[in-house]
Parts: sequence; structure tokens; C-alpha cells
Amino acid sequence: MPLAFDFRHGVHPPEEKELTRELPIRRMPYPDELVLPLRQHAGKPAKLCVKVGDHVERGDTIAEADGFISVPIHASAAGTVTAVEFWPHPDGSYAEAVRIAVDKYAAQVPRPRIVPKWEGLTTEQVVKAVQQAGVVGLGGAAFPTHVKLAPPKEYAVHTLIINGAECEPYLTSDHRTMAEYPDRVLFGIRVMMHAMGVKKCVVGIEKNKPDAIAAMQRAVPKDLDVEILPLTVKYPQGAEKMLIKAVTGVEVPSGKLPVTVGVVVQNVGSVAAIAEVFETGLPLIERIVTVTGHGLNKPQNLIVPVGTKLRDLIAYCGGVTPDAAEVILGGPMMGTAVANLDAPVVKGTTGVVVLAKHETRGETVYPCIHCGRCLDACPVFLNPSHLGDLARVGRYDEMTDAHLADCMLCGSCAFVCPSNIPLAQLFQASKAALRRVPAVTT
Amino acid sequence: MMLQAVMILGGTGLVFAVFIALANRKLWVWEDPRIDAVASMLPQANCGACGLPGCRAFAEQAVDGKVSPAQCTVSGEAAREAIANYLGVDAGEERKRVARLLCAGGTDLAVQQAEYRGLPTCSAAAAVAGGGKGCAWGCLGLADCESACSFGAIQMTVTGLPKVDPDLCTACGDCVEACPKGLFTLLPLDGHLLVQCKNLVQGDDALENCKVACTTCGKCVMDAADGLISIASGVAVVDYDKIALEAPKAVERCPSGAIAWLNGAQFAGVPVMQRSNR
Repeated sequence: MPLAFDFRHGVHPPEEKELTRELPIRRMPYPDELVLPLRQHAGKPAKLCVKVGDHVERGDTIAEADGFISVPIHASAAGTVTAVEFWPHPDGSYAEAVRIAVDKYAAQVPRPRIVPKWEGLTTEQVVKAVQQAGVVGLGGAAFPTHVKLAPPKEYAVHTLIINGAECEPYLTSDHRTMAEYPDRVLFGIRVMMHAMGVKKCVVGIEKNKPDAIAAMQRAVPKDLDVEILPLTVKYPQGAEKMLIKAVTGVEVPSGKLPVTVGVVVQNVGSVAAIAEVFETGLPLIERIVTVTGHGLNKPQNLIVPVGTKLRDLIAYCGGVTPDAAEVILGGPMMGTAVANLDAPVVKGTTGVVVLAKHETRGETVYPCIHCGRCLDACPVFLNPSHLGDLARVGRYDEMTDAHLADCMLCGSCAFVCPSNIPLAQLFQASKAALRRVPAVTT
Repeated sequence: MMLQAVMILGGTGLVFAVFIALANRKLWVWEDPRIDAVASMLPQANCGACGLPGCRAFAEQAVDGKVSPAQCTVSGEAAREAIANYLGVDAGEERKRVARLLCAGGTDLAVQQAEYRGLPTCSAAAAVAGGGKGCAWGCLGLADCESACSFGAIQMTVTGLPKVDPDLCTACGDCVEACPKGLFTLLPLDGHLLVQCKNLVQGDDALENCKVACTTCGKCVMDAADGLISIASGVAVVDYDKIALEAPKAVERCPSGAIAWLNGAQFAGVPVMQRSNR
């Protein structure tokens, strides 16, 4: 198999990872209140199964999966359900959420669940266990992981690719996970390879994480065909299709899923979450979040209970500096700004970046000078300049003809634009207009 | 030599001319001449407000008697009468409809949670954390509707809300499509009751984000005629099939002013923002 270690185009944003790269993962104490939106994953929102006044233990199911492409939601701490109501959602809308007043001084031991012995399980049983544990892709998109474990039968999956690229600036949660818990990641890989019947696995890690690469290489067991592959440091190396190109040399056709070329990609965080399901029986009730940025007093990598309000999280990290300007969920390239700090950390929150004024871009947008830098940056070979012109005048149908659907909103074009044109935002708005859904969904 | 070329060209030209003339006779389709006449009386805006693909399609259907002239909401009273007289039909009753905004939370009444910096369009702002307004359902005030309106009927007020001029509004529905929050709806102009709120947060919590939010207190439901107003999933809803029952009493006890009694335009007393102020 020709190995490329790389893909064409892409950009080199400043990494800014030194803020949290060396900091070990620590656990954040439980806040007084948790807010768990019923819509935290791609697919159908979960179905509520508790009522106001109920007492829940840590790890209890509070909402059940509604269909196959849906996962349940579990209480991240022991406490009492105080309300089920509309609450600010990290995406800017309001969504139905369960508010839990956390028990003070409780031991917070998760209620024991039956831990299935993974060796004897069939694919269906593993899929079911993973779904019941509420595991979703922790790289940001929050797509239910169990769906990926059961790819359509007509495709033969030959390689499992684990995404440890973490190409977004600032974020270090995957980096720290691999450096500190390599055995857990490899156990997760073992379970996944068993469930999917895949013989080969490649872990792609950008070369700027030498300690993670070394730790993972040391931890690889002899009986597993797992390759740790150092990749070129370039954004968006961690985008699914770019990673596949870099690791296998194969390009996923436009509009097709990776499974059509025989690979499945999983994020390092999701793999670690699967490992926890079969190690301890713990459902996905907490996740590792990088809380960072020059606008924050104490950047760190934290294990955060899902449902912690951003306000509490930022306060725990020493609050913001006087020149803090923007709070971004996810990385600065693809993440979205958040307007309301009452919004909680959800399963898909990879990081919270508080940007200081000097890290944000100016507001002035200049006319396009047709320099073509966006064309050189676009990893999927679109013409962002042309698409941007169409988006400004609302010619969305023509944008579809110009392959807007291939755009993954990585933001490389907007990053290199010398005229400061917010191309990625234009495309995001165009995609929303094409879906014909109001921006606020309830 | 010269003559030969002229003759060949002229000859072939003549042959084809005869052929085309014959084909024109043979393939001629009779078309009602009234269609062109009616079409010329229509506004030619091709806006689609009537639900038909363009003014000519409307003219065809009008001549066939499938639509009444009044169903073209864009043409004025005189034009409708002219078409009706020409076709010898009744102009038909069509209640004049206008676009109504289901939000009254201008910059003076609604809380702005975060500052939005970026492209000054609603669709772009809505893509970034919903636009930064405290109320996730409310009007962003960046005038996507104003630029979408082809009749110049929408102007932004000083408090950042679109003000619809009922005389110019033709109920074409372009603003309904342009609004990323889906705040516009087309309603009869002679209706008075309007719940100017779409926020689904219940109770007084809603007032934290906007002083004119509907708190679903239910007072309007009690004061209005039976079944006219109901509370549906977090906001009061007027049943416009029963609009004949409406009375001003319904809005008197509204604690926030979310439900309004309109006479003509919305936000009638609020001045319009001048272009130079933007």
C-alpha cells in the first residue's frame, strides 16, 4: 500500500498547543448543577425517561435512544431532576434539557452496570452495548459510534483508522489521551477490531506529538496488527477524508462514505470511550475537554462531566482575562462561537477556547483581489472565491453545481484570505439555506 | 461568377422561405388572444405570490376561469377591475394579505447576549451561535428581508425590526423565505390580533431575554372568544379561521405586550432607520 503521510493543499495555522500540551489530564469537581440536553448527538434526539423530582444515580439512563441512529443519555452525577425545560444549547438555539441538582458530598460512584465480556460477543452485541453506553464520536460531530461499528454488509472493511491527528490549533485532549492512556486506547482498538472483524489498524498521529507517538508505540501488543503512523503536521490532517488519503493513499470519492473504500475512521476519544464501556461499564458521562486560549487564566486538560455549564467550567479554570474577546466551542478553525455561557458541555464538545482580543481577526472585509490563495488551500479542490461570490448574492443552486456539498467547512480558505473574507461562514449559511431549515430548531 | 452565387443563395433562401411559410400554416396553434391582453395588464413581476409560475401562467388560468383576477395580490384595485371587465367576470373577493413579523423584540426591548461581529446578514449571523441575541427565536435585525423584498415594502426601524408597509406589500412571500428564523408569516391585513412572539421558553423566564416575550400566562385565552386563542407548545396561537370573533379585549390584560391589536401596519409609531445611519 503506498503511504503518502500527507494530502494535497491545506494550511499551517499557528498551533498554540503549548498552552496545554504538557499539562496532565485532571478531573474537574462536580458543579452544583448539570444541564443535559436531549439532543447531543447527530440523529434523533433521545427520549426522556425521567420526571421532575426523580433522584438519579451517576450513570443512570435519563433518556433512551429513539431509533438506531440515536443514543441514550446518562446522568453524569448523582442528583435530583429539578426541571425539564428549554435551555440554551451550545449551537445557539434552545433545546429541551434535563436539569439535575447534583448531590453535595456524594461519593459519586457510578451505579454498577453489567460489564459484558467482550471476547465472546458478536458484532450485534457489541453494537448494542456501545449504543446503550451512549458513545458518540468525540471528535466533534457526535455521530453515534455504534452505527460505524456495523457498516453496510456490501462493503468489506479491511482497515480501521484511528484519528489521532488533532490538527485543530489549541486542542490537546486527544494528544493527552494517547500520551497518558495508551493502553486504554489500544484496548478500545482491540474490541473494535474484534467487533468489526478487521485485521489491520492504523493510528494516524501528527508528528508534533512525539510523546504520544512514543507512548502508543510502546503500548502496541504483539498479537495485534496496529501501526502507529506519524503524519505531516498540516491542517486539516484530521478531516476524515484527508486522513484516509494520508494513511492509505486512496481518495474517497465525492459524496461517498469512507466505507466504500474499505476503511472506517474513529476518533481516539471515542475509542477510549468504548474501552471504558468494556473495562468498567461506565457509559459516556464525562469527556476530556481542553479548556484553553490566551483569554483564560488557567488553561488545562480536564475530565469534565457532560452537562457542566460553560460558566462553571471557565470559572474553574480561573476565569477569563480582561482582554478575553470570544468563547469558541471546538477548535478555532471549525468551532463555533458561543453566545450564552449557560450552555452546557455536551458529548461533542472537544474544547473550549477563550480567545483574547489580539487572537481574533479584524472586522474589516476587503474586496476579493483574486489572488487564488483559497484555491491553493482548499483540501477538497473547490473554488472558494467563486463560491463566496455566489453565496453573497444567494445563488445557492449554482453553489450546489460548484460542489458546495464537498465543502466540510474546514475554514482553510477563510484562514488564508488576505482580504479577510469570512468564506467558511458564507458557506455555512448557504448550506443552512439549502437545507431549508430555519437556523433555530427546537 | 458573382451572379451564380447570388442565384444559388437567393434560390435556397427562397426554397426555405416557402418551406417555413408552409410549416407556419400547418403547425399554427390557436391561442386565445385574451391571454396576451390579460398578461399585459398584470404587473409582470413574476413573483409567484399567486402560486403559479409567472404572470403569463396566471393570465392563461384567468382566461380559463380557473383563477379570479383578485388572486393576483400584487396588482392594484384598478388593474383587477380592468382585467375583470375585460374578461367579463367578477373580480372576486381576495382579502389583502401582508407579511407580519412574529417578533416585537427590538434592540430597546430584547437582550443582546453577545456581540456579533461578522458578515452583516441574518443568514450568516444565524449560523454563528444563533446570532448572539438572548432570545434564540428573535429577529436579528440585519435586514435580510429588506434586501429580499422586491417591492421596497420593508424598511428597518430604529430598533432593528423590519417594518412592512401594507400598501406596498404584495404578500409574495420572499421575506418568509429569506428569514433564517422563520419569523414572517402572511396574514390578512384586516385581521387585528397578532402574537408577536415565537419564543418557546415558558413562564417568566422568557422575560429575562425580552420584555415583550409571550409568557404563556393564558390571560388572552380567557379574555378572547372561545377557541380563538390557544396555548400551543410555549406560545399563544391565534386561530385565524375564527378571526371574525376577535375583539380588542383579548390583548388588554397581556402582561408583556406580546399580543398586539393591529390597525394596519406593525410598529406603526416607530421611526424608520435612515440609510445613512447604517
